[in-house]
Amino acid sequence: MIALLHRDLLLATRAGGGFGLGLVFFLIVVVLVPFGVGPETAILSRIAPGILWVAALLAALLSLDRIFALDHEDGSLSLLATAPIPLEAVAVIKAAAHWLTTGVPLAIAAPVLGVLLHLDPSAFGFVVVTLLLGTPALSVIGTFGAALTVGIRRGGLLLSLIVLPLYVPTLIFGAEAVRRGVDGQDTATPLLMLGGITAGAVALLPFATAAVLRMNLR
Amino acid sequence: MTIMSMWEYANPKRFMGWTGHVLPWAFGGAAVCLTVGLIWGFFFTPDEMRQGSTVKIIYLHVPAALMAINAWIMMLVASLIWLVRRHHVSALAAKAAAPVGVTMTLIALATGAIWGQPMWGTYWAWDPRLTSFMILFLFYLGYMALWAAIDDPDMAADLTSVLCMVGSVFALMSRYAVNFWNQGLHQGASLSLDKEKNVADVFYQPLLFAIAGFVLLFFALVLLRTRTEIRTRRLRALIRREGQ
Amino acid sequence: MPDLGKYVTEVLLAYGVSIAILATLVAMSWRQSRRVRRDLEAAEARKNG
Repeated sequence: MIALLHRDLLLATRAGGGFGLGLVFFLIVVVLVPFGVGPETAILSRIAPGILWVAALLAALLSLDRIFALDHEDGSLSLLATAPIPLEAVAVIKAAAHWLTTGVPLAIAAPVLGVLLHLDPSAFGFVVVTLLLGTPALSVIGTFGAALTVGIRRGGLLLSLIVLPLYVPTLIFGAEAVRRGVDGQDTATPLLMLGGITAGAVALLPFATAAVLRMNLR
Repeated sequence: MTIMSMWEYANPKRFMGWTGHVLPWAFGGAAVCLTVGLIWGFFFTPDEMRQGSTVKIIYLHVPAALMAINAWIMMLVASLIWLVRRHHVSALAAKAAAPVGVTMTLIALATGAIWGQPMWGTYWAWDPRLTSFMILFLFYLGYMALWAAIDDPDMAADLTSVLCMVGSVFALMSRYAVNFWNQGLHQGASLSLDKEKNVADVFYQPLLFAIAGFVLLFFALVLLRTRTEIRTRRLRALIRREGQ
Repeated sequence: MPDLGKYVTEVLLAYGVSIAILATLVAMSWRQSRRVRRDLEAAEARKNG
């Protein structure tokens, strides 16, 4: 299992593996926003938490179709299915590898990009914490979506269409926690809900992912 | 004589048999109820004190919204039956219901926007219920896109069923998240059985007809579309055999 | 025609849009049903004949 995680991380970080592309995409979106809404500091500062969350979400989406597609093409997914480890564990590891290569870097990069958007200083901590808390859910949900569409050629657009609505609750609670944090309101509820969604998704969705993979490999 | 199990009705051949008889009645009933409900509502109900004549939109808005949700619930049940008992008709019924459900959602959104303009001063507000329906709309689109993308019918049925189940959980979570995110403009429950008095009787009676009409229309359309799906399946099998 | 007061446009628009959408759905379902039925009958005839 550790070997599988190691292999996936290695594949992702190697040239052409897509690692870093998500980060660059994140940067580009954040740079594009002021061109779209104008350079006023007050407006940018106000919408910065939301922009960072939406941009992170889109960046996470970008690398989803790689999770299973390559393994499916070269047949190693079928090998994994017959391997002694349960397919549920494979799903968890795939999601973990995706999180480590996109979620964590995005959370670390977010405050740096926040500077570009005049993010309120008190929000920096909240952005990092909510992203760290919320991106595992994004990875697990995305892994499920990737498993659903693995057998479909050019399924990338379909994958976004399926996964994005599933991201709604995570996005709402994540961005809401940052907004409340900046306004000095109570953040316990949205943070708890965000953590709850992540915990629930990590605990339950791998079963659905594994079931879907079995259907696809049958 | 053996007692026939209810699942017998789900056998494709039997299904084609009984739905062929039921279908005209369902369409007829839908037409009658819709005509009565909408004409009664449109021509013979008074204006409401605050909302003026816009209250007449309720005869479209509320039934469509109800069916938008019920269609999804029906798809969820059909998906579960497919996964557990593997009745092909059940999977095809779920597939057939999705376009009807998405149409109902569209009507609910459109009439809501038209109604919102004079009442709230805006076509669109990020009100929890409006937002939830928009999210439901997206779920429908994703579900239908997945059906359309997979060639193998059994695998498509499997995968869309799982998506429907997972999607239901997330749609429900979105509903609560959206409530938490923004307090709304909508009035509270306007129509639950124990609170009939929320809507005055004058408006309530034609509304019941309109709802019955939408339910029957949904039922009839799902039957018709399921029959089409069953025939498509058979047609495909025949064509495949010819090719060999 | 009932007196719709100042909301004539809204009410008529709501009814018009909804009925048009429903009619489209029914018409599409109906046409698809008839087409598939005809194709299937043709295919059955080929098989048997």
